[in-house]
Amino acid sequence: MQVPYTVEERPETGLNNSKLGIWVFLASEVMLFGGLFSAYVFLRMAAPAGEFAYWGSKLSIPMATVNTLVLISSSVTVIMSWASLKMKDFEKYKMYMGLTLLCALIFLVIKYFEYTGKFHHGIYPSSSTFMAIYFTLTGLHGLHIIGGMIVMGYFWLPAGNKMWHSEPDHFTNRIEVAGLYWHFVDLVWIFLFPILYLL
Amino acid sequence: MSDHDHGHIEEHIKVYLTVFGALAVLTVLTVSASYMDVSNTEAIFLALAIATVKASLVAGYFMHLITERQTIIYILCLTFLFFLVCMFLPLITFIDHTAL
Amino acid sequence: MSSDSHHKENFLQKYIFSVDHKIIGLQYGITSLLFLFFGFSLMMIMRWQLAYPETPVPIVGSLLGETGILLPEIYNSLGAMHGTIMIFLGVVPLAVGAFGNYFVPLQIGTVDMAFPRLNAASYWSYFIGGVVMVSSFFMPGGAARSGWTSYPPLSIFESGQTIWLIGMVFLITSSLLGSINIIVTIVQLRAPGLSWFRLPFFVWGQFVTSFLLVLAFPPLEAAAILQLMDRVASTSFFLPSGLVYAGAPVEVYGSGSPLLWQHLFWFLAHPEVYVLILPAMGIVGEILANNTRKPLWGYKSLVYAVIFLGFMSFIVWAHHMFLTGMGQAMSAFFQTTTMIISIPSVVILTAFFISLWGGSIRYNTPMLFALSFLPMFGIGGLTGLPLGVGASDIHLHDTYYVIGHFHYVVAPGTLFALFAGIYYWFPKITGRKLSEGLGKLHFWPSLIFMNGIFMPMFIQGLAGVSRRLWDGGQLYAHAQDVLQWNEFMSISAFCLGAAQIPFVINVFISMFNGEKVDRNPWGATTLEWAAPSPPLPHVNFESSVEVYRDPYEYSVPGAEKDFTPQSEK
Repeated sequence: MQVPYTVEERPETGLNNSKLGIWVFLASEVMLFGGLFSAYVFLRMAAPAGEFAYWGSKLSIPMATVNTLVLISSSVTVIMSWASLKMKDFEKYKMYMGLTLLCALIFLVIKYFEYTGKFHHGIYPSSSTFMAIYFTLTGLHGLHIIGGMIVMGYFWLPAGNKMWHSEPDHFTNRIEVAGLYWHFVDLVWIFLFPILYLL
Repeated sequence: MSDHDHGHIEEHIKVYLTVFGALAVLTVLTVSASYMDVSNTEAIFLALAIATVKASLVAGYFMHLITERQTIIYILCLTFLFFLVCMFLPLITFIDHTAL
Repeated sequence: MSSDSHHKENFLQKYIFSVDHKIIGLQYGITSLLFLFFGFSLMMIMRWQLAYPETPVPIVGSLLGETGILLPEIYNSLGAMHGTIMIFLGVVPLAVGAFGNYFVPLQIGTVDMAFPRLNAASYWSYFIGGVVMVSSFFMPGGAARSGWTSYPPLSIFESGQTIWLIGMVFLITSSLLGSINIIVTIVQLRAPGLSWFRLPFFVWGQFVTSFLLVLAFPPLEAAAILQLMDRVASTSFFLPSGLVYAGAPVEVYGSGSPLLWQHLFWFLAHPEVYVLILPAMGIVGEILANNTRKPLWGYKSLVYAVIFLGFMSFIVWAHHMFLTGMGQAMSAFFQTTTMIISIPSVVILTAFFISLWGGSIRYNTPMLFALSFLPMFGIGGLTGLPLGVGASDIHLHDTYYVIGHFHYVVAPGTLFALFAGIYYWFPKITGRKLSEGLGKLHFWPSLIFMNGIFMPMFIQGLAGVSRRLWDGGQLYAHAQDVLQWNEFMSISAFCLGAAQIPFVINVFISMFNGEKVDRNPWGATTLEWAAPSPPLPHVNFESSVEVYRDPYEYSVPGAEKDFTPQSEK
C-alpha cells in the first residue's frame, strides 16, 4: 500500500506531503543561514569600527549585481518551467528548465572569477574576519546552488521525460518543490548581496 | 494548486513577469542607494528594507506564499521568530557585556 | 515512492537498505544501544582513574599505552567522546530514530513514514557519522578532547576536533532529515478520526521534539562549519586578536570571538536537552496510563505544557553562559526564562503523579522503570534550579554538581524511560514478552547504582570540585573532604555496568524463547496494539484504520473490558 497524500492533498491541511516537507526543510535552512548571518552581525559588532567596511570595499559590486540579476532570472525561468508543466507543455518545460540551469551555471562561473580574482590578489578566507565570513557565506550558498543544479539537472534529463510520461501530476509537483528550493536559494542571495557587498 | 486551468496559469504568468520587472528595478535601486551619502544605520535600514521587499515578492508570488495554507504560514512565522531570537539575543548579550 | 510489496525484495533491500520504518527503527535501535554500551565503557575507564588514580586500568589497560595508566589527554578524550556518543549516537537516535520511527506511524494508524527513502537516508547518515566518530580514536592525534562542547580557542588547537566536526555534520544531517519526516508524517498521515487531541502523548512528544531538532540544529551546523574553517582554513571566527598559544602568538587575523561559538552551540544544545527528555516523557505517559488502567490525568494540560516547553527551550540557552561576563540585564532575562521553563516540566510531572491516584497499578517491569522516572527526573529537575539562578550558578558552574544534575535527568531519567519503552514494546516488535524475572534483576540494581553514582556528585560539586579533572580534584584543598566519594561512585558505576547484563541476556533469550503473546498483551488502547506482532511488512495493519476514541479509554464505566481500543467503535 502506498503512503497516502504523496500527490493528492490531504483535505484537512490542503497540502501534499512533499509541499509540507520542503517548507519544513526550508525552515531549517532559514535557521542555517540565520546562524551564519547572526555570526556576521556579531563579528562585525565585535570588530574595530570600519574594519568590515574596509575589507568589504574590496568586493566587486558589478559582478555581484550581474549575479543578482542572473539569479532572479533563474527564479523566473524555474517557475515558468513549472507553469509549462501545468499547461501540459513538456517542450516548454525543458526549455525553461534548461535556461534555469544555464543561469545557475553563469552564476557559478562569475563566482569562480570572483574567487580566483581574490586569490590572485592574495586575499584568502584567512586574510581577515570579513573575508572569512564572506567566503563561508557565499561558499555555502554556492554549495546550495550546486545541490539545486544536481536535482534540477536530474529532472531535466531523460529521467524527467520518463517521469512525465508515467506520472505527470507527481512530476509536476516535484518540479514545484524543486522550484521552491531554488527560490529560497535566490532569497538567500537577495540578502547576501547587500549585506556583504553594499554595507 | 493542482486544480488550476490554463486561464488561471496565464494570469499567474503575468504576475510572475511583473514581479520579475519589480525585482530588477529594486536591484538597481539597492545598488544606487548604496552610493548615497547616509549614515551607517540609515544605510543598513535602507539595504535591509529593500532586500525585505524583494524577498517578500519572491516568497509571496514565486513561492506562492500569498495563497499558501495556514499550516505552512504558521511554521514560517514560528521559524522567523526563532530566527530573530538567534539573530538578536547574542548581539544584545554582547552589547550588555560587563567590561572585564 | 511505491513500496513494491508485491516485488520480491533481495536480502539487501529487505534488511540493509530497507525503507520500511520498522526495519529502520530497529536499525536505529540496535546501533544506538551498541553506542550506549560503548559510551558507558569509556566512562568506566574514566571512573577507574578517578577512584584509583594512576593505577593501571584492568582489562583495557594495554590499549592505553605501556603503563596501562590513563593519561590526562586520553582522559579528556574519553570525557569528550563519552558525552558526544551518549547524546548524539546513543540517546537521541534511540529515543527519536528508533522509538519515533518504529511507533509514530503505528500510533497514528498509517503504513509508513511520509518519506520512506529519506528515512533510510537519515539512518545511513547517522551510521556514517557514528563510524567517523569512532574512527577518530584510531586517527593520529586521537579522538576529540575539548569536551562535547568543543569550546574555542582550545578546540581550534587540540587534536581530534576536525574529525569530530565532520562527524557532527553527518549526525546533524541525519537528525534534520529524520525530524522533517516525523513532522510531515504526524501532520499528514493521521488515520481518519485521529484528531490532534486524540493523539497519544508519545506522538505529541515526538512532534514537539522534531520541531526542536529542525529549528535548533542548523545554527550549530553553521557554527561547526565556522569552526572547521578555523581549523583548516586558518580563519579566526572564534579566535580573538592577540592570542598566544604554547608561548607563541597565534598567526591568524584575529578579531574573532570565542563567545560567538558558545552562543551558536548552546542555541542548539539547550533545546537538545529537551530533545533528550520529551520522547522519554511520552513513553512514560503511555506506560503510566496502561498500567494504572486509567486515562492520563490532565491530557490537555500535558499537551499545552509540552508545546510551551518546546517554545521556551529556544530562549533560555545563555543560562549555560552565566560566567562569561554577561551584563545584568541579559543575565536577568535568561534567569527569568529559565525559571519560567521549569513550570511546564512541573505541570507534566505533576500530571503524571496525579495519574497514579486511584489507579489499579500493575508493577510489571515497564511500569517499574516508568514509575522510577518520576522521582529521578524530579531530582534532576530540582537540582537544575540552583544552576538556573545566576547567583548560585557562580558557585556551581562547571563543578560536579552540574554533572550530577544533568545525569539524573538523562540517565535514571531518559534512559530508564527508554528501557521502559523497550520492555513495553518488545512484544509488539517480536510477538514475545521479555522475562519479568530478568527484568526486575535489571531494574532494581540499576536504580540503586544510578543513585550511587550520581548522588555523591552533588556533594562533591557543592564542595567546589571542578568537572573534567583527570585526577578527580586531588590537588585542591577544598576537595580533600569529598574525595573519598570517588571510589564509591566508581564502584557503583562498575556495578551499574554489571546490572545491564541481565538485560542483554533477556533480550537475546526472549527473542527466541520468550513467552509468546497475542497482539495486545498489556491490554492497551493505542493503535499500535491493533496491528499484528510484528506488524505486517510495509502496510502494518491488516485493514485500514479508523479512530473513534480518545487515546486512554481505560476503565470506561459500563464497558465490558477495562480498556477500549481507539479503533473500536
